[in-house]
Formats: sequence, structure tokens, C-alpha cells
Amino acid sequence: MNWISNYVRPTINSLFSRREVPENLWTKCGECGTMLFHREMAENLNVCGSCGHHMAITARARFKALFDGGVFVEIKVPDALADPLHFRDQKKYPDRLKAAQKASGEKEAMLVAEGEIGRTPIIAAAQDFSFMAGSMGMHVGNAIIAAAERAVKRKLPLVLFSAAGGARMQEGILSLMQMPRTTIAVQMLKEAGLPYIVVLTHPTTGGVTASYAMLGDVQIAEPNALICFAGPRVIEQTIREKLPEGFQRAEYLLDHGMLDRVTPRGKMRDELITIVRMLTGQSPVITGDLPGPAAPVAPEPEASAPAATPTGKA
Amino acid sequence: MNYLEFERPLAEIEGKAEELRALARSNSEMDITKEVEALDRKAEALLKDLYKTLTPWRKCQVARHPDRPHCKDYIEALFTEFTPLAGDRNFADDHAVMGGLARFNDRPVMVIGHEKGHDTKTRIERNFGMARPEGYRKAIRLMDMAHRFGLPVITLIDTPGAYPGKGAEERGQAEAIARSTMKCLEIGVPLVSVIIGEGGSGGAVAFATGNRLAMLEHSVYSVISPEGCASILWKDSDKMREAAEALRLTAQDLLRLGVADQVIEEPLGGAQRDRKATIAAVGRAIESMLSGLVGKKPDALVRDRRQKFLTMGAKGIAA
Ligand SMILES: [Zn+2]
Repeated sequence: MNWISNYVRPTINSLFSRREVPENLWTKCGECGTMLFHREMAENLNVCGSCGHHMAITARARFKALFDGGVFVEIKVPDALADPLHFRDQKKYPDRLKAAQKASGEKEAMLVAEGEIGRTPIIAAAQDFSFMAGSMGMHVGNAIIAAAERAVKRKLPLVLFSAAGGARMQEGILSLMQMPRTTIAVQMLKEAGLPYIVVLTHPTTGGVTASYAMLGDVQIAEPNALICFAGPRVIEQTIREKLPEGFQRAEYLLDHGMLDRVTPRGKMRDELITIVRMLTGQSPVITGDLPGPAAPVAPEPEASAPAATPTGKA
Repeated sequence: MNYLEFERPLAEIEGKAEELRALARSNSEMDITKEVEALDRKAEALLKDLYKTLTPWRKCQVARHPDRPHCKDYIEALFTEFTPLAGDRNFADDHAVMGGLARFNDRPVMVIGHEKGHDTKTRIERNFGMARPEGYRKAIRLMDMAHRFGLPVITLIDTPGAYPGKGAEERGQAEAIARSTMKCLEIGVPLVSVIIGEGGSGGAVAFATGNRLAMLEHSVYSVISPEGCASILWKDSDKMREAAEALRLTAQDLLRLGVADQVIEEPLGGAQRDRKATIAAVGRAIESMLSGLVGKKPDALVRDRRQKFLTMGAKGIAA
């Protein structure tokens, strides 16, 4: 029927939800202009095979590639008020939300999951830039708190992938209040002695950078990711001069002492496994593409625990 | 007297009254009492009318009024033995952020705030109240000290936001703000904040994440300036009135949202019309917030503060 049906690896299959199946089979690399076949792109985790440019990847696709055998249990995030301010710009906020939900097939801009990477259990949270620019509102705050609470409860490390244009303006002051709220989540991990690893992806900006994305025990970024508080355009307007090449990019931040590492997406999983296992005093692991665990992680039956929904194929 | 755009009709009336008074002073035969009285009454009625229903955008303008009392004015009037403490011990002393030891109603405290400056020279010196990373790092140092010596922390918020400059980004503005917010949440001493003018985004959060937050009647606290929001969501920076409306950034809305704990009434016509009365009202609010917290155990203070933010957002603006 289409290229997906003769694709052999079932775990990669689900890399693309139905909505993501494109009309045409090619994408042009935004950096070097090479035409990339979608199958090749998926195998390469949306990294251009020609120039190494890292394109956006959805939270779900990232998890499928991150967890052993593509298997993870999604952690339910407590619902936030849908439109706390009755916000309306040129469109109503609920309409913008609905459009984003329809386009992405996701409920909101952050996904939280539990699973194993290299047979190492972790909690992971990933922000979806494709969902209203990954913006941080009540949902993202609730997701990070839920992730931290789950990590504390299960005594597991938290790996968080950030990507956001900043705060969700349509939630006004309540989006700003996610800075302290997510900081409390980081404190919970700290107090429980659990590793908190942040992977900063393109772009991570504004209040997101100025809260949970800069508070990791280990700070890793994807190559060339824009990471900043104030965006380059705002700064150029303020200081009225052109910013140097590479300003506020991952490599620049590494140079200025704001990051521990810059790691290509293709090597990220192995690196995370290595770091997590050292921080949690586990033996070295044989890294690589491991099959899924025998039984998916079962949610705990307590009423107080966040309800978990198994996804992916065992 | 600096008049705001929307106060222009008022400026005309008050200007006329002033002219008449000046005329009478130079010409003793003139009797203008009646005319002046009439103008004064007219002015007061207009002032009342203007300030009875300030739109959110007008509130933003009042919050930014150059004649409002600033951090330095509050510190000088409400605190004794103020001993400024400078520097982040890493790079510089940020003059946009004032801080130091002081006594508030005789009790030793740590006071920290944004200072905007009051004329061209001091405004530039203070970088218009926009902190750089060093400002947050100085505040972190002072909060830490307050924690170790059991001193309550009082923060006075008045900033357009963090400074969007090259050096500020280079030196890790985002990280500095994040750590400052975290420090606010960590300290085992009371932390009370007052937004005295503008609570601009992350720059405000970094100091205002406390046990209690009071806001002056015409102060604002927002995730983004109305101008910024308008240019992003309306693609037209002239739509700041609409943006200010939509953002719900007034003290009254923030009280309804549970972000602010109390609103401090301003004199008729705003803080700039009676600085002394405004400062005194802020002093009373600080005292009442502090008295409810002093004596609580460090653990309880930290727990209460966390709880406040964890439950925030449960109630919306409501219809
Ligand atoms: Zn390329």
C-alpha cells in the first residue's frame, strides 16, 4: 500500500503515527537542502544523513527509539484546567488547543513514560515542539511534577528532553508559575537522591530554560540546538548589533560552561544508559538495540498512584 | 508632575488651576478663589473617574509611572540600619538589584529588590531595573545568608524583566534565574514579596517565589509584556491593549487566581500622587505578612511555600 507496510521492524513502525504519514515520501533538509527519504530519516531519528542537521522529533517517536524494544508505559498526567483565563487573541485558546491536538494526535506538549533503556529502568519526560511550540503551561508543569513523583516513588532516575518556545502565553501568569512548580519537582528528585538528567533539544528558550531545563545534575544538548532565555531577535533589537555566528547554540553554551556535553541524537541513548548506570551504582551494560522486556512495567494498583496506560508493543 | 497619556484631560485642568494660582500670586488684586476651587473639584472628579475603572493597559502604564516610589524609596522609609551588601563573588555587582541587611520594625531582616532609578543617570546605572545574571546570583547569596542566620527575607519586585543582552546570556542568565527561584523555595525563613510596580516575567519570579505575595493596587505581574504578547499572538505590537486585557495581569485578577495573597490599596490617582501614603501602606502589608510567618519552623515554612505553588492553578479566573 505505502512504504510503511513493507517496513520490517515493527517497533519502528509505530515511530510514525497515522497522522504523520506524509503525502510525499521526501523531506528537504532545512540546513543543506538534501532530499531525504522518510524511511531513511526515521532510521536516523530525523537527523540528516548528509549534514548531520537535527530536525524536530516528536516525544512519542523519541520514546520509541529510546526505550528497549520501543516499549514504555505512559504515565498519566493529572488534568489541568482547560482554559483558566478564558484567553482569546485572534483565536480562542481552546480552539488553538484543539487544532494542535488534531495536528499532532497528542493531548498536550509533554509526554511522560516509564520503561527501560539498556535494561536500566528510568522515568522519561519529553516535550513536543510540534505541539504549540512545546510551550510550558499547566500541563507541562503537571507532567514534570507527575514524572518526579513517579521517579521518587519508584526510586528511578528522571531523564527529561526539553524543547519549547517558552511559556504558554494563553495561560498568562499560570504559565509563569510553572517555573516554581517545576523547580519543586526538581527538588523532590534532589531530596530523594535521584539523578536528574536534562537533554536540551532545539529550541529550548524562555521560562523553560530558566527553570527545569537548567537544573539537571547532568546537562546534555543536541548539536546546534538553540538554548537561551531571551531569543536572539529580542537581543539584537535591544543592543542594536548583529550577534556572532553560533551565539546561544549548544556548542557555544558548552564553551561558556553552561552544559556538560553536546551529543548527537544517534549516540544519546547509549550515553544516557552509561551515565544513569554510573550515577545509580549499577554495573556496565552491553549497549545496543535490545529487545523489549519480557513483561511491560505494570502500573501499581494504588489509587493514589498516577494511573498508567501501557502503550507500544511488547 | 508626569502625566500619563490617558491623564491628558486631567493635565489640562490641573495645569489651568496652576496657572491661575501663579497669576494670583503675582497680582494681589485678583480674586480667583472660586475659579480655582471649581477647577480643583473638576480635577478630583475626573481623577476619581479615571482611576475607578482603569483598564489593564492603563494599569500597566501606572505600574511603570516614573514618579512611583521605587525600591530605594521603600528601603529608606521603611527600614533602618540598611547595610547594602554587594556582589555575586564571581563577576560583578549588579546595580539593578539592591540588597542587604536591615531592620524592619526593629527586627533584623534581609531585603532584596529591583531598583529602576529616577532620572536618566540613575536609570542607566540601574539598567532600568533589568537584572543581569549577577543580580540573581547576588540575591542567591543573600538569601543563603538569611537562611543560615535565621533572618526573614523581604523582596520588593519592580522590573520590566531580565535584561536581554549578549553578556547576560553568555553568563548564564537562564541558569541564574532558575537557581534563584530554587533558592527562594529552599530557604527555611519567611520570604514575603511585594510587587510595587512591574512584575516582569522570569526576572520577577526569581525573587517573588515566596510564602506570601502582596501586590499594589495598580501593579502588574505577567509572563510577558503586553507589547511582547501582542507582537507574537496578534502579530501587531499596537494591540497591547487587547493583550493586556487577555493576559489577566492585574493585581485584582492575580488575587482571584490565587497567585497574589493580598492587594494593597493605592491613594486616589495611583502611588505617584501620594508616595508617602503608599509606602506606609506597603509597610503595614509587609508587617502583617511577616507576623503570620515569624516563629514557624523552617520545615513548615518550606512545606507551606511548596504547597502554595503545587496547588496553584486549581482555580481559574472563573466566570
Ligand atoms: Zn542536511
